[in-house]
Amino acid sequence: MGTDQPVMELRGVQKLFDGRQVLKDINLSVAAGEVVAIIGGSGCGKSTLLRCIIGEYTPDEGHVFFWGEDACHADAKQLDRIRRRYGILFQSGALYSSMTVGENVALPLREHTDLDEKIIEMMVKMKLELVGLRDFEDLNPSQISGGMKKRVGLARAIALDPEILFYDEPTSGLDPIATSAIDQLVIDLRGKLNVTSVVVTHDMKSAFRIADRIAMLYNGEFIAIGPPDEFLHTSDERIRQFVEGLADGPIPLRVSKTDYLADLMGLKPTDR
Amino acid sequence: MSASQILRPLERVGAQAEGFIAYLGGIGYLTLDTFTGGVAGLFTRPRIKAGETIYQMVRLGVRAVPIIALVQIFVGITLAFTLAPVLEQYDQLGQLPTVIAKATFPQLGPLLAAVVLTGFAGAAITAELGTMVVGEELSALRASAINPIRFLVIPRVIACVVMTVALTVLANILCAAGGMLISALQLGIDPYQYYYTTIDALTVKDVATGLIKGGIYGFLIVMVACYEGLSVSGGAGGVGQRTTASVVRSIFLIIVANCAFTAVFYFFWPE
Repeated sequence: MGTDQPVMELRGVQKLFDGRQVLKDINLSVAAGEVVAIIGGSGCGKSTLLRCIIGEYTPDEGHVFFWGEDACHADAKQLDRIRRRYGILFQSGALYSSMTVGENVALPLREHTDLDEKIIEMMVKMKLELVGLRDFEDLNPSQISGGMKKRVGLARAIALDPEILFYDEPTSGLDPIATSAIDQLVIDLRGKLNVTSVVVTHDMKSAFRIADRIAMLYNGEFIAIGPPDEFLHTSDERIRQFVEGLADGPIPLRVSKTDYLADLMGLKPTDR
Repeated sequence: MSASQILRPLERVGAQAEGFIAYLGGIGYLTLDTFTGGVAGLFTRPRIKAGETIYQMVRLGVRAVPIIALVQIFVGITLAFTLAPVLEQYDQLGQLPTVIAKATFPQLGPLLAAVVLTGFAGAAITAELGTMVVGEELSALRASAINPIRFLVIPRVIACVVMTVALTVLANILCAAGGMLISALQLGIDPYQYYYTTIDALTVKDVATGLIKGGIYGFLIVMVACYEGLSVSGGAGGVGQRTTASVVRSIFLIIVANCAFTAVFYFFWPE
């Protein structure tokens, strides 16, 4: 396998919900060891894109390739083989509520490896130490805070030492110290283990800190893909507005499409 | 009356029928996946979780023992009080154990055990799986290449079917015991006589059909419960809605299946 082959590639991905096009022609290619941040405002299609990538949604058009294999048309076995090579941190952590923190982290190891129970226990401690939560093994997810759940989710995502890690808003809801710790972890994993990371976020500070490339999603399309520097010195008003966090600009705060006055008066669009 | 006015109720009936067929199809697919996954899990890795299955048996079945025991004793007592005057009229009070056994072992035992289990196990499974769907836990399982059917559904199916059969046995015995209690205390039928009359009255068919039905009801409960739980959408409200639907639909299906199987056994398994 050539080293320049992308580990993940999106080709012409489109997704419709009830006839509304949420993703239009998404193209992105991620190289091994690269950290790509996908940024964009709420409702721009970030989460939908991530769900298409991990196979939770099937794109209406286009393909998602992992190591050159088309995940959209893979059978269950192929898909499982691909999935064992990547990890995902869900926005809420998505911990299994019926299991303890330790069991959550141990589950992928118990399911996919033949490791001895003692080694699994040791690995669980190691992964939890990486996110700073080693003493929390025996607690239930309901007994820890939202930020901690996220960190446990990360420990679980890296349990099998994945080659690619997907993060859905890894730093939202975390305090500044935990945010830096997670950012540092992303950088470390890349530096030490050459882990590729795709981070969906709207935390610009974090995106600039970790990303080799940033891709900005707006209205279901990438309007810019490039190194962070390009985003700092851009002439595109939409990007500048988002990066600098300005309320006024080409990106409207209001996403409602109907006429405000007509709505207040109780008129239907056809009445006017 | 215009054509569209005539057609509208028809359309509604059609939509309902379509929804019902889609529902049955959904359960059918889940059943198919469960069977293929179950058979594969017996022979190949990753195997079905024995520990999880036993845990589910305890959670769904063993904890239902007290409530099913109570229900069945009361049903036995009720039957005895209801039937005794009628039988006395015909001077057949001695046949009370026969009537109770014939009503209980093939019919009331499995039926009432299943109805209680619907509220006990069915609702619990739907609410649990539904909450997991809402909390993205199902997405997380799939994304870590863990098949939710193997991991969640199959242990519950095995546990529910085995426990419904086991609870049917318990229900049968305790219903007869309830009858025996009243017979001994109030009607002057000796417990030994009650016991032997019951044993004489029962045929292999009575007991076997009851147990087969118990297994089928258990299967219906768990398949409906899993299907409803896995198709939850829309947060906490969705979980509540599906849990109610799970209980109502299970009970309906159990009553229909009871009728169907009683008829089948009547025609194809003569005494």
